[in-house]
Amino acid sequence: MSGSFYCGVDIGASATKLVLLAADGQVLARALSHSGVDYRGTARKCLDQARELAGVAGEPDGTVATGYGRSNVDFAAATRTEIHCHGAGCYHQARQAVSIIDIGGQDNKVIHLDDAGKRIEFKMNRKCAAGTGAFIEEIALRLNLDVGELDGLADSTNEPVRLGSFCTVFAKTEILSHLRSGAPVAGIVRGAFVSVVDRIIEMDPLDGVVMATGGVVAHNPVIVEILQARLGRDVIVPEAPQFTGALGAALTARKLASA
Amino acid sequence: MSESPIKKIQATGMMRKLMTEHFLELDAAANSSASDRPLIAWCTSVGPAELLRSFGFLVYFPENHGAVLGSSRVAADLIPAANARGYSPDICSYLTSDVGSYLKQQTPLMKAFGMKGVPRADVLVYNTNQCRDVQDWLAFYQREWGVPLIGIDTQRGLGEITADHLDGLIAQHKSLIPTLAEVSGRKFDLDRLKEVVASSYRCTLLWKRVLELAAHQPSPISFFDCTIHMGPAVVLRGTPAAEEYYPVLIKELEQRIADGIAAVDGEKLRYYWEGMPVWGKLRDHAEQFAGQHACVVASTYCNSWVFEAMGLDDPFEAMARSYTELFIVRGEDWKEDYLKAKFADYGIDGIIYHDAKTCPNNSNCRYGMPQRMTRATGVPYVTINGDLNDLRMYSEEQARTQFEALAEQIEESR
Repeated sequence: MSGSFYCGVDIGASATKLVLLAADGQVLARALSHSGVDYRGTARKCLDQARELAGVAGEPDGTVATGYGRSNVDFAAATRTEIHCHGAGCYHQARQAVSIIDIGGQDNKVIHLDDAGKRIEFKMNRKCAAGTGAFIEEIALRLNLDVGELDGLADSTNEPVRLGSFCTVFAKTEILSHLRSGAPVAGIVRGAFVSVVDRIIEMDPLDGVVMATGGVVAHNPVIVEILQARLGRDVIVPEAPQFTGALGAALTARKLASA
Repeated sequence: MSESPIKKIQATGMMRKLMTEHFLELDAAANSSASDRPLIAWCTSVGPAELLRSFGFLVYFPENHGAVLGSSRVAADLIPAANARGYSPDICSYLTSDVGSYLKQQTPLMKAFGMKGVPRADVLVYNTNQCRDVQDWLAFYQREWGVPLIGIDTQRGLGEITADHLDGLIAQHKSLIPTLAEVSGRKFDLDRLKEVVASSYRCTLLWKRVLELAAHQPSPISFFDCTIHMGPAVVLRGTPAAEEYYPVLIKELEQRIADGIAAVDGEKLRYYWEGMPVWGKLRDHAEQFAGQHACVVASTYCNSWVFEAMGLDDPFEAMARSYTELFIVRGEDWKEDYLKAKFADYGIDGIIYHDAKTCPNNSNCRYGMPQRMTRATGVPYVTINGDLNDLRMYSEEQARTQFEALAEQIEESR
């Protein structure tokens, strides 16, 4: 393929996500990798993978980087916060006022956009990692499970074992206590998912249309089900939710190039 | 290495000289064996310093030391020593870092000013207008040294300040006199008190002028500068030194305005800082904001240090009213009206609320104020989690992302 294409790269605490976008807004390719310790190398590796998948050559006509490693992408012309990029990525699909929940590896965000896609307000979780992807990873570790097994287990029961503690470390101790008393592992996993949703609901009233993005949502659809049940209405999950930030970055790159 | 975007204020040299003289005077008094050595009163930051000075006490402010421990980034090494003695990591980190400093016999004052240590108090005087922690803080030293601990208990959450409030506070101020007379060996001198209060008033008007100059667009001075340059207004108020300093600073700032020199080059965004500074991150924050062409032009912390009631004829009413009219003492409605006026006066584009883990009384974001203020004014905000001194409570990356996101949001809305 020849012609213009744009790149958005989202270097998160856990994973690096990259999207290549055609000039007409079509997603050409996505690439994903663990962020590791060499952010620059990981971003470049994702770009190579995506170019191969998309069948394009050469450098993108514009690249925007986002995420905690945003300043480490040597081929990015500009950086934007993940708050901006998740907003841009969601609005591209929602085209209406929306409350966005992004559950990331180390923090959660709630972003409110108006009808025109302009950000009205945003919030980040407090410094504590409770309710983030890191919390889920810790729970998996305590239960000696792979994180990929969690969603299936949570889906296999409707009886969550409630975790009362706000703190990740205390929650792990609480799990020990539940295990000693014979609580089923599936119930504990579902309880951990409920805890994630509780932390989100504590952040914001979540009025209006709600969208959920991020890797945790992508890999654990049961969390969205629990969230919908708690809110009493549908929650929209955009296409490829883990890549929403990277998509927003690519859209921003395209916008900057045309400015 | 790139050059820092922070512009040095030339008057800083004079301020440092005056502050050095202040600390060395305290050090000399604390280490003198002379029977007529000056006596030292420890006073909480918004305590009755004027009354203490009228008795001839040299006044030492432990909260100032707390800020020194925070800005020199030694607090996190000292706090655990206080924690180990039963002072929780959740209480005021000025207190815990200062008590830790005492327990470990370490203070940056030794290196910075050549002092032998923190000057020991002859009397400890508090005003709970800041919080209850200041009383507990000084009580630690009372137990250590066996010196008198006296103080004023100020009501909280006040809307209108009534005659009843003031009568009680005036009586409390007067009730300090017998102890101060006994410790100092001097009689109370009303004329001397009036002189000191008048000096504090002149100081407050000068400091107010400094703050007003920051309303100029672009601002010649930032919040981060002000946290340093308010030092004389805090520790030297009621003395000629404070009155000597601020005209020099004002002249420099007025010259900056005349010459078109801004504290932040290319100022595009003007922010208000609500809450305590993160002392160990002052420079980092100043540089981050300057990099975004954002200037924090006003703050509750610096702007509420104006005591216009010091101009009242009765010095007791002057102190009682001045130290009760403070932002921190007032109710939510009063605070919100105050903030709205400041946002208008300074042309504020965005607000940063600092939720300081160990300083609830200076963290005004915990009862829905940010949301109410933004609804009322349309000015966007962020809330950062951190602390005044305990950097273990602070997440650099989260704060950085929030600062950047606020700038993005404002720019997008223009």
